[in-house]
Amino acid sequence: MSDRVLNVENVTMQFGGVVAVNNLSLHVDKGEIVALIGPNGAGKTTAFNCITGVYEPTNGMVEFMGKPIICNHPAGKMKAAYQGENGSLYTEKKVLNPTPDRITALGIARTFQNIRLFSALTVFENVLIAKHMRAKQNVFTSGLHLNHSEEKRMREESMALLEEQGLAHLANEVAGSLPYGLQRHLEIARALATEPKLLLLDEPAAGMNPQETIELAEFIREIKDTHDLTVFLIEHHMDLVMRISDRIYVIDFGSVIMQGEPAVVRNDQRVIDAYLGVAEDA
Amino acid sequence: MVGTKGKKTLVTSFVCLALLLVLVIILENTLKPTNMLFTVLKKGAVYALVVVSMNVLNGFTGLFSLGQSGFMLLGAYTYAIFTIPVADRENIYYLYNGAALNFSFPDMFASIFGEGYAATFFGVILALIAAGIVAAFVAFLIGLPVLRLKSDYLAIATLGFGEIIRAIFQWNALGKVTNGANALKSFPTFSDFNITNADGEVILRLSTFFPFLIAGACIVVICMLINSSYGRAFKAIRENEIAAEAMGINLAHHKRLSFMISSFFAGVGGALFAMFATQAQAKTFTSSMTYEILLIMVIGGIGSISGSCIGTFLYVACSEWWLRFLDSQVVFTSVGAPSRVIFLAVFAIVVVGGAVLLIRHEMKTKKRKWAMALLAAVAAALMVWWIMFVATGNLILPLAKNGFRMVVFSIVIMIIVLFFRRGIMGDKELTDVAIALSRKMKAKKAAKTGEVAK
Amino acid sequence: MQYIVSLFISGISLGGQYALIAIGYTMVYGILRLINFAHGDVFMVAGLIMIYMSTVLPLPVTMVLVLILTAVLGFLIERVAYAPLRQYPRMSSMISAIGVSYLLQNAATYITGGLPQMYPSLPFLSNTVTIFGTSTKYVTIVTPILVIILVVALTQLINHTKIGMAMRAVSKDFETSQLMGIKINSVISMTFVIGSFLAAIGSMLYFTNYSSIVPLSGAMPGLKAFVAAVFGGIGSVPGAVIGAFIIGIVESLVKGSDFSVFSDAFTFALLIVILVVKPTGLFGEKTTDKV
Repeated sequence: MSDRVLNVENVTMQFGGVVAVNNLSLHVDKGEIVALIGPNGAGKTTAFNCITGVYEPTNGMVEFMGKPIICNHPAGKMKAAYQGENGSLYTEKKVLNPTPDRITALGIARTFQNIRLFSALTVFENVLIAKHMRAKQNVFTSGLHLNHSEEKRMREESMALLEEQGLAHLANEVAGSLPYGLQRHLEIARALATEPKLLLLDEPAAGMNPQETIELAEFIREIKDTHDLTVFLIEHHMDLVMRISDRIYVIDFGSVIMQGEPAVVRNDQRVIDAYLGVAEDA
Repeated sequence: MVGTKGKKTLVTSFVCLALLLVLVIILENTLKPTNMLFTVLKKGAVYALVVVSMNVLNGFTGLFSLGQSGFMLLGAYTYAIFTIPVADRENIYYLYNGAALNFSFPDMFASIFGEGYAATFFGVILALIAAGIVAAFVAFLIGLPVLRLKSDYLAIATLGFGEIIRAIFQWNALGKVTNGANALKSFPTFSDFNITNADGEVILRLSTFFPFLIAGACIVVICMLINSSYGRAFKAIRENEIAAEAMGINLAHHKRLSFMISSFFAGVGGALFAMFATQAQAKTFTSSMTYEILLIMVIGGIGSISGSCIGTFLYVACSEWWLRFLDSQVVFTSVGAPSRVIFLAVFAIVVVGGAVLLIRHEMKTKKRKWAMALLAAVAAALMVWWIMFVATGNLILPLAKNGFRMVVFSIVIMIIVLFFRRGIMGDKELTDVAIALSRKMKAKKAAKTGEVAK
Repeated sequence: MQYIVSLFISGISLGGQYALIAIGYTMVYGILRLINFAHGDVFMVAGLIMIYMSTVLPLPVTMVLVLILTAVLGFLIERVAYAPLRQYPRMSSMISAIGVSYLLQNAATYITGGLPQMYPSLPFLSNTVTIFGTSTKYVTIVTPILVIILVVALTQLINHTKIGMAMRAVSKDFETSQLMGIKINSVISMTFVIGSFLAAIGSMLYFTNYSSIVPLSGAMPGLKAFVAAVFGGIGSVPGAVIGAFIIGIVESLVKGSDFSVFSDAFTFALLIVILVVKPTGLFGEKTTDKV
């Protein structure tokens, strides 16, 4: 229990009448690589957005390193519906709805399904910006260039990270001009620059060919070890998922339909049904 | 290599500014003080600061705000209220039986180290800082609700804010402070910085130097900020808000900072504008002023500080000086007059150059044939008229009468907005261009020596 | 009491005039997500056309021509200044709109010499009438009725004709409706034509009350109409109309009070309040950003 990095409890996300994530509970332990899979529209990315503070979940709690970071219980007319369901779980009335930057500051970094780089800026600047959050500075010392050592440290660390990632020779290229695969790589490098403990990857292998996918699997393992990370990822490429995951959660219609080790998940009838659908007259 | 770029840029801009200041002093003390050049330089310096301040928000943080004139107004009034000599206040506020506030910074300093330039200088500087702080503080307050809005809603809300501020400052109930709808005057202006001898003769002119010094210092500070970690965070917000937030950049905090910084410098710019205009009056700071500043920013290039400066000086020079002749009837009589030759040359360059550029642009996009035809027709007509003009002499410049200058201007601006969206500099700085050039030269040289070695 | 009633009546009339401008804003915004800053100036130009043409042509002919020419102006502005920028970020079109506004104002200054121009008194509209014990011009009574008729006609057009359906489709999803074979350009042009046409009617009603036009005459009513459109929920025609009536009445009441300096500022304060409290306005639809 002590090395539970991420714990999601009964998270529900409702948009109007659509329940995108329905009473989702899952956890990720330290040093694990956990995959979240499910058919399109199952609510995987929405779950990520709830964990990273982009959306305010309608109900539920997220704990990170044993501390609650997000906690919300509906008020008003939605209250009855959700309190009936999970009434016993939440006795305290604390509501926590931090903005995404707070979550990142706590040590959860993420990448996006559709790449979101600062595309007009250089590769180096992309990484350097991620260092902004942890720099010891304020707008006066930084803006008036009074704190050279801090700026120098940020630059050196960013360069070191780029070198480690083998992107150093591209440092002065404009991020938007990189080929697709490198953009994905840069996005991960940028996430690493925020010094995370938990890395959330949203479809890192999207658009990659089988060879690249295998390389990506190696790469994820490698950064997990070198940066002492825990990884939680969404992916459709089953090769990748089966190759690197310690555990897999399968969700459909916003709730977990099963979890387990890759070998177990692979052969589970419920998973196959979720992906392929169940014949009505069967 | 990566680490030194910012520093190099900084050193270069410092050197450029110092050279510029020296040049201004030399010019000012050699040319006739009534020369139009100085009006242009003064107004240009003031506007450059305001345009750059707008660029911080619109160009670097990607927040489309139209509140600039409101913050200028705040700065102008703050400056005026803190610097009008106490002795003059009875007179200026006569409609309201004197001012509520009988205190002024220059007077305060005069009581410390006697009347003189030092008192004026420090008083003015302190008042300028106060102008900035008031504007920034109001920006903080207004930013609390307004900065949560998205692009065009933000634009309209800040525009509305400008109108509200203007109305408040014209309100009679505040007359003891703001003098209602009447102007505030008698505060120190640029010409107070000319150094005179005991007889009142000017021995050293600094009236153009002063706005250059202040605006230059402010712009250097803005440059430093843009090249700092916070500046990069602003750019990150401009590029992609969601990604910026995921990188741990607090959007609310950074947007507010950017808004306050931009307003601070707009406030200082407003105060300088009051000094330039020798009076502060709420009705000057309309939304048209904001539009003008915005359009100058577009001409210079959104997201380029040096572009903003170049754009401003070009704009001000054209509007105050070079294109003034369009506002009155022009008759060129003698064929060989230099003014006539210059006019014709400029005209030829503008028409031919403009046509060539536009046609090239059209060729690139490979569509809108009718636009090309139209342009060709217009260019041809102008050329015919020009030839006529050269041939006959004594021709009256057609269309030129009061207001024509602004029409020409607006058309030029529309052409820039439509066809040269990136403005003069795009989002590049002069230093970037210089670096790229030197790199190219080096590469050429290297290639040459390589060839020789072969 | 009588005073309040008369303020109220003139407020309704003013609101009706704002409504006619606001519809142009709201329709254009609904389709292009563009604040057409030049719309207020189109309204002013409509007034100027009226002034210049009425000196040579009989009034009824002029009135018809004003409607047509203003619609053409709206069409041209869209084609020249907005259409080429459609593929670029929205900020570009907005800047272009500000540029057009600047151009129209400067052109008006050039043509009028910056002097106020007298608006001709239109038959019937300018005559005075006594209602509820206060005397006022006919235009005050005609405006709200005309506005209601026009709005009903417009909603019929939007809800029951082919072009109306295309407009609704385009405002819902620009790209998809293009893929569905809707001729985007003609829909957008139609929107501008309708907007400018209504603005021209609005200008006749508005300037009958104000009698003279300066180049900046259009800016303020334009901005207020935009506020009205935002207030009612931008993109919604009934919203814009109701918003405009509210703004008109409030403005008229403020003008009649001790705070008349704030009659313009009040509108914008209202705008900021509504944007903060309910950014989608009274009848706007909520949209969520997809991450």
